[in-house]
Amino acid sequence: MMDYLLTDEQKMIQELTRKIADEKIRPVAAKYDAKEEFPWPVIKVLAESDLFAIFVPEQYGGTGGSVLDLCIATEELSRACGSIAVCYAASALGTIPIVLFGNDEQNKKYLPDLAKGKKIAAFAVTEPEAGSDASAIKTTAVKKGDHYVLNGTKHFITNGGEAETYVVIAMTDKSKGARGASAFIIEKGTPGFTFGKKEEKLGIRSSSTRELIFTDCKVPKENLLAKEGMGFIVTMRTFDKSRPGVAAQALGIAQGALDHAVKYARERVQFGKPISSFQGIQWMIADMATEVEAARALVYAVARTIDAGNGSVSKESAMAKLFASDVAMKVTTDAVQIFGGYGYMRDYPVEKYMRDAKITQIYEGTNQIQRNIIALQIIKELAK
Amino acid sequence: MNIIVCIKQVPETTEVRINPETNTLIRDGVKSIINPFDMYAIEEGVRLKEKFGGKVMVVTMGPPQAEAALKEAIAMGADEGILVSDRAFAGSDTWATSYTLSSAIKKIGKEFGSYDVILCGKQASDGDTAQVGPGISTHLDIPQVTYVKKIEEIKDSIARVERMTEEGFDIVEVHLPVLFTVVKEINEPRIPSLKGMMRAKSAKIISWSAKDMNCDPDNLGLNGSPTKVVKIFTPPPKVGGQILQGEPDVVAGKIIALLKDDIL
Repeated sequence: MMDYLLTDEQKMIQELTRKIADEKIRPVAAKYDAKEEFPWPVIKVLAESDLFAIFVPEQYGGTGGSVLDLCIATEELSRACGSIAVCYAASALGTIPIVLFGNDEQNKKYLPDLAKGKKIAAFAVTEPEAGSDASAIKTTAVKKGDHYVLNGTKHFITNGGEAETYVVIAMTDKSKGARGASAFIIEKGTPGFTFGKKEEKLGIRSSSTRELIFTDCKVPKENLLAKEGMGFIVTMRTFDKSRPGVAAQALGIAQGALDHAVKYARERVQFGKPISSFQGIQWMIADMATEVEAARALVYAVARTIDAGNGSVSKESAMAKLFASDVAMKVTTDAVQIFGGYGYMRDYPVEKYMRDAKITQIYEGTNQIQRNIIALQIIKELAK
Repeated sequence: MNIIVCIKQVPETTEVRINPETNTLIRDGVKSIINPFDMYAIEEGVRLKEKFGGKVMVVTMGPPQAEAALKEAIAMGADEGILVSDRAFAGSDTWATSYTLSSAIKKIGKEFGSYDVILCGKQASDGDTAQVGPGISTHLDIPQVTYVKKIEEIKDSIARVERMTEEGFDIVEVHLPVLFTVVKEINEPRIPSLKGMMRAKSAKIISWSAKDMNCDPDNLGLNGSPTKVVKIFTPPPKVGGQILQGEPDVVAGKIIALLKDDIL
């Protein structure tokens, strides 16, 4: 085992999340996947164990944790189930913009309940016609006196319907394009805010992915996050901090599939020997393990860089997400291969890892968008 | 309501190895955990505190490394951990152990105020005697209820509990202070919280020696243990036996004949 020089507190988070993953998640992961049901009992355990406090500052009831803390927790949970882990990580994604841009009043109002896990959060940017191109957002927010009126539809929103607290990006000034977007905190139950279609998915099936519909939804002006026109900045800064979380999810999924594959290879006997004695299998395992470790080293290093707070981290953050998710896809596919025919069957755990891995190459910016971010920044740095 | 929970650190294994020369457990290389039955006692203690207020104090007798078990209990919500540790305790049987723990409990009563409920797991997974809990209540001269599966109510210094029996359960009413040993049916132990683990890490464990507790040396360790372990061995596996095959009525007849002629 590589030594990543984790602090005592980080080792505690690792130990705690591993225990929850083994005792409370592994036994139920397949059930929630098959039923496409939101894993509320598990979320409750995570809440009681203070895991939602990790990404909230201490003065608002959190443990003031770092991006690396969140990555460690997400990795360990994903090792048992990438889907339950995303229900957790998506609440972090919805909480981070408030932590980064909330004023004291907003922080006091929303963060303590989110830190306790009494409420979970969601972040809503994507629309049917605004995926990678966030500037194409059509949801509008028109200021009228002491409130804004929102109209439009968000879709593919993780934790949609289950979360209580939403950070929603809407256009306050369409003529300004991306600079005309603003971020709002909107609570479930606000009149004019309803939920639409719940998606049926290839993977991460126990997580909720749903439409948010705003119809003349009145939002008090105090719920504007940062300033008008800062919606795009809020989104980018949030993703800079949350992408390592997706990378950690991918890393955990890859490690989990590798664990299963190695165990199976030692048990499965063909031609009178465990298949782990065959070089063909050994070389696959060696490659898988090496790639997983390389992904971990990158994810942890990037998380530490972000925590150190030294300037722009968009490139590094994108690199971690890109690399770890590609590793997850490859390693989970190879894990299915090692399991052979059994790997393809739902009675065995690895096909789920492969299904859960795919989304990590797509969401929070497709891997093609990540490459754009990386390349643009490298070119920009050289031009200086 | 002040609650005392007695716990034991045990090896995490079902295959306990014995040193044939000293007749004691070999602990080297085996991870130590809190006796699984004691986890239910800790959980019940924390639940009582959450319901009635007060403090949960966890006490264990053991070597210095048993501090880890106390810290784990603090991570689950206990307030204080007390380690009772002294070379003089070595070789204690269940009687000497319960004397020592009862001495600690008397000292807890003096230093932290009176206690209402003492909780123990029904037995330890290594010794399996189920004697220490009842022994403590005897030394303290307080009532005991063993195999408690539910604490129904505690009101006006009287507790009503359900006590598991082979056939079902008894409902017992008992005056406080009282000692309960609990079975696994009583609750589901919680997973510690992160903040609890952080608190446990910085928690100061209180450590008491035989002298601190004014123990009578004659009651401690090997001297205070009426049990003498002469030899511990693995019983030889059963050999022989007969398997009777055929129709049930025919086989039944054969069994009766065998019992009559050969065995009885």
